[in-house]
Amino acid sequence: MIAPLEPRLAGELAQIVGEANVLLAEADLLAYGYDGTWYDSTPRCVVLPADTAEVSAIHRLATRERLALTPRAMGSGLSGGSVPLGGSIVLGIMRLNRILEIDEVNAVAIVQPGVVTADLQRAVEAKGLFYPPDPSSLKQSAIGGNVAENAGGARCLKYGVTADYVMALEVVLPGGEIVRTGGKTVKNVTGYDLRALFTGAEGTLGTITEVTLRLLPLPKFTKTATAAFARIEDAAATVVAILAAGIVPTSIELLDQLTMRCLEENRSTGLPVDSDALLLFAVDGNYESVVDDELGRIAEIAGRNGAQSTRVASDAAESARLWEARRAVSPALARKRPHKLGEDIAVPRSALVAMVRAVREIAARNDLLIPLFGHAGDGNLHPNILCDRRDPAEMARVRVAAREIFEAAVALGGTLSGEHGIGVLKKQFMELDIGPHALAVMRRIKDAIDPLGIMNPGKIFPDPGGIDAFELPAGPARP
Amino acid sequence: MNEAHASGFSGPDVPPAAVYDQCVRCGLCLPACPTYLETLVETSSPRGRIALIKAVDEGRLDLTSPGFVHQMSECLDCRACEAVCPSGVAYGQLLEPARTQIERATENTQPPGRAFGRAVALGTLFSHLWTMRVVARLLRFYQRSGLQRLVRASGILRALRLARLEALAPAISTRFFVPRGQRWDAAVTPVRATAFVHAGCIMQVAFAEVDEATVRVLQRAGCDVVAPAAQGCCGAIAVHAGDMDRGRALAKRNIAAFERSGAEVYVVNAAGCGSALKEYGHLFAADPLWAERAAAFSARVRDVTEFLDEIGIAPELGVIDAVVTYQEPCHLAHAQRISAAPRRLLGLIPGLTLREMDESSLCCGSAGVYNLTQPEMSDRLGRRKIERILAVRPQIVATANPGCALQLTNGLRAGDHRIAVKHVVELLDDSYAAYKPTSRASSASAASTLG
Repeated sequence: MIAPLEPRLAGELAQIVGEANVLLAEADLLAYGYDGTWYDSTPRCVVLPADTAEVSAIHRLATRERLALTPRAMGSGLSGGSVPLGGSIVLGIMRLNRILEIDEVNAVAIVQPGVVTADLQRAVEAKGLFYPPDPSSLKQSAIGGNVAENAGGARCLKYGVTADYVMALEVVLPGGEIVRTGGKTVKNVTGYDLRALFTGAEGTLGTITEVTLRLLPLPKFTKTATAAFARIEDAAATVVAILAAGIVPTSIELLDQLTMRCLEENRSTGLPVDSDALLLFAVDGNYESVVDDELGRIAEIAGRNGAQSTRVASDAAESARLWEARRAVSPALARKRPHKLGEDIAVPRSALVAMVRAVREIAARNDLLIPLFGHAGDGNLHPNILCDRRDPAEMARVRVAAREIFEAAVALGGTLSGEHGIGVLKKQFMELDIGPHALAVMRRIKDAIDPLGIMNPGKIFPDPGGIDAFELPAGPARP
Repeated sequence: MNEAHASGFSGPDVPPAAVYDQCVRCGLCLPACPTYLETLVETSSPRGRIALIKAVDEGRLDLTSPGFVHQMSECLDCRACEAVCPSGVAYGQLLEPARTQIERATENTQPPGRAFGRAVALGTLFSHLWTMRVVARLLRFYQRSGLQRLVRASGILRALRLARLEALAPAISTRFFVPRGQRWDAAVTPVRATAFVHAGCIMQVAFAEVDEATVRVLQRAGCDVVAPAAQGCCGAIAVHAGDMDRGRALAKRNIAAFERSGAEVYVVNAAGCGSALKEYGHLFAADPLWAERAAAFSARVRDVTEFLDEIGIAPELGVIDAVVTYQEPCHLAHAQRISAAPRRLLGLIPGLTLREMDESSLCCGSAGVYNLTQPEMSDRLGRRKIERILAVRPQIVATANPGCALQLTNGLRAGDHRIAVKHVVELLDDSYAAYKPTSRASSASAASTLG
């Protein structure tokens, strides 16, 4: 067990944030020891600041006392990024949860990191503006976490990822210095792009305390359509053909049969569970005729590539049901087996068909259920390896399959993570993906900004031993 | 870290590992949870509480540790998390046994006042409804004789720490609705069904007019209605408070009463009771003697709004010219997943404008006896709810559960807001009473297009 924080230091934290916002009870520590993955690692304390000044004071104390800090927003990440390893102190930022400004003239929003992504979308849409990044966890994740992990979502095909919307950041550095980088201008090439550096750094370089986000005008029309296929390869080929035809839908999502069956068990949406795969499309624009025309062309291309049927959602309600089902995929998979290892590879779209085939082969070879779904349009796929962590023989096969999926993605010119981040889950594969020199540059950056190594230790950088040291967290001990 | 510890749970009613293992910790329950939204603390979220239950079962956290006990009682048992959970975690099946385990483990160490209050409430008032009627009569005398004003002025309530209980007590009905084996014939032919009406406990003494309205509206919908004397409390109060054994004893009485009544459907107008009655099958899952009877019983239970929506109601509805907002009882919206039926029924009433409030399905903080056991959180949620109601400026708040009605009434009265609180079935009954044959053409056509 990790020793709880000494009373002297807990007392100092309480002077900064107030006694009620320093959690030391066993129950509280247990509840802050996880995210959306399997990892459990109990922190030695949880501290809940209310503003940038308090965050900065916590950092100064942590630096003075060499205490590790793990920033955490809503804890819905899928790579272990916010799990406090080695008894790190959880720095929970959910009390910094105000939308500070929605600037309609410059089309930017300035928000604190604890603002829930869906709430921000609702607020800007009420003013005719649009914040496109839409991770499936948009109701249970906050902007701070989205920026720290550089979250994606279904609309990235047309609109890009969170980083494409970060115009400015306020970051508290490990020692407590407050850095502001970027601003409200569209163009900004003054010096190194520190925004890009802190975005996706997974809390290893500092704590994000304020974010300025670019907004777009809200498209007037968005429509949803589906196409069902008897062979998943045909679905993948359809995606490539649509994009090659010069059409850029908002989203093209892929759901395989196993995925659809889990969803139908959750809530009947009328998905074609007898088909091998489904493509789910969104198309948006300011002219309905253009949107309809693109949907027509998509249906035609799908038909040419072997679609069994195509359908346009009849109204907003049907469309909302389909997208809600899509966002529920990841947790709904728990209905088939007790546990799942969710992967997040991305490949160039030219390799989409090959990647889909590779996942199917890996599943068959290792005798595992691996439902496949994801943002097919941008090449970001989520093969989820279903398993029971209490079965050591099965877990050995899971370990092999996970490694094979990463190797296949990299061999096809792809990458380990499209949108979840590296966290703990994928760190042993870093060198496989980016090579020794890029990894060494990243280490030097980390050492320069956080020389004491107090920010979110144990993340991104591999432990000694590389891929062969890749271990999945052990199953729970049960009497 | 990995050594095997003995489970902190023991005996019957252990939270099943098969249920908590369904949780993949995606966090989708957090924004649905009233106590998380108020505190923004992970421990006060469904995902956090599930993690704690698992930790106790795995011997990593003490069953009687203050943190665990606090979280198990701070949870409203509103089940909003269950309704949004894509993994299908049956949260209620974890919480209720966890509370039962705590109660059993602390039976002998509870302060005598609490143990006494519990014994009186669960063992007497809710187990023998005649005692509740006696207390209600005393309370009615107290409320109406002028004694209440004197006592409140005296400050003695605060001295005895009874101020909150006294202030929250419902206004007692002028006459009670006592089930004595009455039978009311359907008002129209052909007869659609024989409906067993559940009189309830609090309902029959504090909301007798809702029970009466329920009977009248059912009669008009073509039902023969019976109110057998052998029925009693549904047991929800006991089960939620962690006394599943007493809950089962109460359940057996209702199952037997229904089996003997010859009715086809068991109609309930209190969402909390309805949800408990529909879960008898689960309550007796481990009891071979009762499992089948309980499951058959539960399959016949209908919330009154669900049943009326299913069979259709009589069209002679009169005008209620009012803006109404609908507060969804948790045990209707989340536990029973009934959301559209009450709104459709309200939509049938001519002249009525249904204006939706924000967060209509977020718990109002009443939650059974929660407003007594967790006064601070209950008040916070109550204030949050009143704000949402006021924002849409209604004349009437419609709901479908006595606990919600009490909490809303008290909250609105405290702010001196003149907004009435009514059960959906009362509004239907009022609408029938307002029907004028001269307005036949308009209301009949309205009803037929909607029906």
